[in-house]
Amino acid sequence: MNEPETIIRFVDVSKIYPLPAGDVVALDHVDLEIEAGEFVAVMGPSGSGKSTLLNLIGCLDTPSSGTLSIKGKDIGTLSDDDLTRLRRDHIGFIFQQFNLIPLLDVIENVEFPRVLKERRSGCDEACLELLDAVGLEPELHTHRPAELSGGQQQRVAIARALINEPEILLADEPTGNLDTKTGEGIMDLLTQMNRRGKTIIMVTHDTNIAAYAHRRVHLVDGRIA
Amino acid sequence: MIFFSFATRNLRRHMVRSFLATLGIVIGVFAIASLGVMGNSINLLAAGLIADVGDTVVITPHTALGGEGFVGDPRTMVAATISEADVDRIERAAGGNPVVAVVEEAADLRVGNEGGYAQVIGLATDDIPDLLDLSEGNYLRPGSPAALVGSVLAEEYGIRAGSRIALGDEEMRVAGVLEERGFAFDINPDYAVVIERDRFREQFPEKKGYDYVVITVADPDEMEGVKAAVENLMNRRDETVDVTDSRESLNQVNEIYDAMGRFLLGIGAVSLVIAAVSILNVMIISVTERRHEIGVMRSIGALRGEVMRMFLYEALVLGIAGSLIGGALSFVGGYVISLAAIAVFTAGTTFAEGATVFDPLSVAYILGAMLFGVVTSVAAGVYPAWQAAQMTPIEALRG
Ligand SMILES: Nc1ncnc2c1ncn2[C@@H]1O[C@H](COP(=O)(O)OP(=O)(O)OP(=O)(O)O)[C@@H](O)[C@H]1O
Ligand SMILES: [Mg+2]
Repeated sequence: MNEPETIIRFVDVSKIYPLPAGDVVALDHVDLEIEAGEFVAVMGPSGSGKSTLLNLIGCLDTPSSGTLSIKGKDIGTLSDDDLTRLRRDHIGFIFQQFNLIPLLDVIENVEFPRVLKERRSGCDEACLELLDAVGLEPELHTHRPAELSGGQQQRVAIARALINEPEILLADEPTGNLDTKTGEGIMDLLTQMNRRGKTIIMVTHDTNIAAYAHRRVHLVDGRIA
Repeated sequence: MIFFSFATRNLRRHMVRSFLATLGIVIGVFAIASLGVMGNSINLLAAGLIADVGDTVVITPHTALGGEGFVGDPRTMVAATISEADVDRIERAAGGNPVVAVVEEAADLRVGNEGGYAQVIGLATDDIPDLLDLSEGNYLRPGSPAALVGSVLAEEYGIRAGSRIALGDEEMRVAGVLEERGFAFDINPDYAVVIERDRFREQFPEKKGYDYVVITVADPDEMEGVKAAVENLMNRRDETVDVTDSRESLNQVNEIYDAMGRFLLGIGAVSLVIAAVSILNVMIISVTERRHEIGVMRSIGALRGEVMRMFLYEALVLGIAGSLIGGALSFVGGYVISLAAIAVFTAGTTFAEGATVFDPLSVAYILGAMLFGVVTSVAAGVYPAWQAAQMTPIEALRG
């Protein structure tokens, strides 16, 4: 076995939202390292900065101070296009609201990130295998998101997050809108992806869900507790 | 092209709204194109209708001061003519350029069982070949009792060289038929009968003097000099005649047509501006509504430029759809307008046969208007598209 490589490194990272009523400190001098292949659950009360942390890892936002390196790159120094490419090629997002694109059918939703990356469309083996792996029946492949249940939508969203074979999967309360049984199905899927080598960082309130992860990070008032 | 199909799907999702936005472009393109075609048709017809003006100076009585009565008395207007002495003076002022004095009167024309009123023009026989061309038969010999017939009149009554006609009580033979001349600033023979001037005097004994005098100026540079000489000789004490030159009159007419064309194009341009505003409006609504969707796309890897492109395609599709519909309507509309213009402007002439419904310039107007419609639409989409691309993924996702 190789030495595990550090894929995400926070060094003294703060995130401050300036508001007219006063600055909101969402993350307060956070130091955190996550190694490739880890499965991390981020927990903490509402407003403690969990989503902020995840958005920084996902290159949707940049730190107010400190340095955050993803795959060795200091994201504070990257342009918007470079951040977008990093996100597109190395990071997969899974949202609480599923966030499929309503105008596209299941297949189109899944292949969309790959179209962005490789400028080619057309459903191929990889796409079908993924849909099979997340357990979506072939009859549903040409349905629009509005015609699917929450659990089915989240499976499609996971397939979409995986299509570009990213090293990192980010999930913000992926089971938050699902019943317990469906949620467990999704968690089994994530566990399986983690076994295949994906680094997973997942935000959750639910200790049962957090139990699937190897490591738990607790946030309180923007600080790691 | 996934972004393109995105654009069309989104437009289809909001069918009514897209249709209304397109309507602006349709109207704008239609307005510019059909107004352009109309202006062009009128111009073309006018150019064809107006006789090839040589460089002629036309002298008419200054009607307001023509007779004894008070200024503006309608009888003085009717009575006003140019006297024999005036013609002599004009000859002197013309400096060797040919001078033709013309008399006109309306008379009852009969051809077989048919008939009606026609203009009768009296000219000296040797002046006729200088002013008018023949399409068949011969010119009048001096002292001839025969007549020449204008083309439209000849067509209407089936008159040919050798036919017999009656003017008032006088029976006469037709020596020739004249070439169609169109509207001219000097002499208009198309609907007239031309007879020798002495015969005219016999037939209309109460007519004194001349109705107008035409000087044909050989060298265009002499034009101003001839006009000034006539003015000087005739109008020194009183304003007795009006002096106009045909080229100047033609320019005035052309200026009116040009101004009309510009005005019509202006209306079209204004309607395209309105169309642009409606596209802008629809696009801003679209961007606002799809904020969250834009956020999702950005978070799964769509670049700013790609988001921008997606919205520009939407504007492009609206513009192309609108322009195609507008262009098709203008082809139909232009066709109808041209036919109407031909009918109105060539009534009673044979010019309609030569008039084309679509000449290349009209087609160019339509294609130009369509291009303008597309460009307008895309330009209107730039700001909303830019706005969509400027949002950060987090802003967009939250919205
Ligand atoms: N764009 C923003 N502008 C201003 N304040 C923000 C913004 N995003 C987050 N915040 C603030 O930062 C703090 C942390 O927010 P964050 O969304 O990270 O919390 P969270 O832990 O994900 O909460 P929850 O469990 O409710 O999702 C909160 O006080 C929130 O109000
Ligand atoms: Mg949150």
